[in-house]
Amino acid sequence: MTSKEYILQRVKQNKPEQTLLPDVPDFERLDVDWVEHFKETLVFVGGQAIELESDVEVNLRIQELFPDMKVIASDIPSVEVANFDLNGTTDPHLLKDIDLIVIRGEFGVAENAAVWVPASSLSHRVLPFITQHAVIVLDKSQLVWNMHQAYKRLDIDKANGFGVFISGPSKTADIEQSLVIGAHGSRSLVVFLVNK
Amino acid sequence: MKNDAQYTNHSGKAAAFVQDEARTDWHDGALWFVRYKRDIQIKKVPEWETMRELASQIKANVLANLDKYLIQFEENALKNGVQVHWAKDAREHNEIVLNILKNKGVKKLVKSKSMLTEECHLNPFLIENGIEVVDTDLGERIVQLRDEAPSHIVLPAIHLKKEDVGATFHKYLGSEEGAKDPKYLTEVARGHLREKFLAADAALTGVNFAVAETGGITVCTNEGNADLGAHLAPVHIASMGMEKLIPRQSDLGLFLRLLARNATGQPITSFSSHFFKPNVGQELHFVIVDNGRSEQLGRADFRKSLYCIRCGACMNTCPVYRRSGGHSYGYTVPGPIGSILSPGVDLKKYSSLPFASTLCGSCSDVCPVKIDIHHQLYKWRQIIAQENELPLSKKISMKVTGFLFSHPSLYRFAGKTARTMLPLMPRFLVYNKLNAWGIHREVPVAPKQSFREWYIEQQKKGANKE
Repeated sequence: MTSKEYILQRVKQNKPEQTLLPDVPDFERLDVDWVEHFKETLVFVGGQAIELESDVEVNLRIQELFPDMKVIASDIPSVEVANFDLNGTTDPHLLKDIDLIVIRGEFGVAENAAVWVPASSLSHRVLPFITQHAVIVLDKSQLVWNMHQAYKRLDIDKANGFGVFISGPSKTADIEQSLVIGAHGSRSLVVFLVNK
Repeated sequence: MKNDAQYTNHSGKAAAFVQDEARTDWHDGALWFVRYKRDIQIKKVPEWETMRELASQIKANVLANLDKYLIQFEENALKNGVQVHWAKDAREHNEIVLNILKNKGVKKLVKSKSMLTEECHLNPFLIENGIEVVDTDLGERIVQLRDEAPSHIVLPAIHLKKEDVGATFHKYLGSEEGAKDPKYLTEVARGHLREKFLAADAALTGVNFAVAETGGITVCTNEGNADLGAHLAPVHIASMGMEKLIPRQSDLGLFLRLLARNATGQPITSFSSHFFKPNVGQELHFVIVDNGRSEQLGRADFRKSLYCIRCGACMNTCPVYRRSGGHSYGYTVPGPIGSILSPGVDLKKYSSLPFASTLCGSCSDVCPVKIDIHHQLYKWRQIIAQENELPLSKKISMKVTGFLFSHPSLYRFAGKTARTMLPLMPRFLVYNKLNAWGIHREVPVAPKQSFREWYIEQQKKGANKE
């Protein structure tokens, strides 16, 4: 008998009686301003949200906010400040010196300031983690209230095998419970909420 | 005599922990603060209690259909191009991991947090077999360098002060002597671990949730360490206890809303990564592990312990855990949940753990999937007594108390004697080693009469008035 057969047989023998799988409601909230809540929560988790009038502003604001960044990479073609060739790089280890990335978020979750970034919108899966700083560009109209709604609209077949909810920069509190921003991944996260 | 290598003596180890009073107070306060942060976050969610109930019902359904969901999960994962392995026990899990690494000629492995691999003692096994193993979660790296086990499942180094971490990093990572600034120390670890991530041939991660419907797994971290490992290395192995399954993708909405809020008072972790398919040119392996879980599934009184999503809230709230430290439990998962899981693994070895509780029920109150933890602790105590695994002092005092309680006149006589004699007895007769209750506290002043005597007196007075 294989281990799989052995385990499944034991589970079958030992499992409890059948119970119903409940339906989970959406718990949507319309009494909250989603944009404001997203912005406040992003600050709470160590990030920052900035509202922009249009995509055109992205380049200018990056130059303002990050004047000292040497290596900037972007998977958004209109980001002209980018100077790193992501598509020409095959080995992800070569991304290690990137200072700043500018990537597109598919939609955001107002309740917890998480932004869904599927692999389909990334040239490399490791990009949001290996960078020193990160900017996510998000269409302001693409907010949902919470994770229940988020999973309703999340299409895994289109994610290209991987996707991540990002809520704030990388952080840790493993030394005496003191919060330190920038553990292994991005040291800062700015989300541009763009009015389309 | 019960020997320490074979038996975990919780109260003995706890006594050692509380020797440093200032540190004990800090530990107690730090964990209670995590509980406090949790309370703030959950109060922002009006449907919190409904969510707990739904999560509990989903987990009940998972256990009732675990075989079906396991098969469904494997089928979907295979379709996604993932290689799936099944391990009956820790030994088989470790062999599977080693084989994957050997086949790919792996020399350097980076790991993110996985309590399962702690449970399986994977690290020493791989190191013996010539693999360099580096834990990359900051807390886990700290305890790994110190050759210790994590003392908490979410906060692995909560038993240490920043001075301890500074000394450890100075010794192993060459940081400045006497440094204790958490920001500086984290930066040192960041530099050290970046090198490890970039040099690794394989990455091993844990699994927070595995979804039967999609064959995908979800891994939650704040540091981003799981992803740095998994996306850079050509091989990604994800080890999961088989109870990590949930039926539907949409169920993640519920569990991700519960997990981080209840664990650390965060709305969600910084990164919630969903792995469905291996990256181009990469291998992705899932190792499904039983290691005693199917046996626990068969124990009607204890199977609900398999609902656990490893948030650690029962530890943060437990008055005994907070004042005794995770290492006093001597089991991979400490605290209340560990005390109901461990006797199922080895009743003899962990027989003291279900007694490491006041049965106050706070653990059950904060559990996001409504495990009846304190009821299970109570049930394990009875089994331990039946199996004759109680320590002698408890055995005798239980017998004496049991005898007294079943003989009312004798009980009344003993009470009367104590009330008369206690105030007259010299101090050394009351406060000595035989009276554990008198070691740290003063015995209350004995009342002149018992409740029964008082009650009879009141009844008589009432009758006289009429």
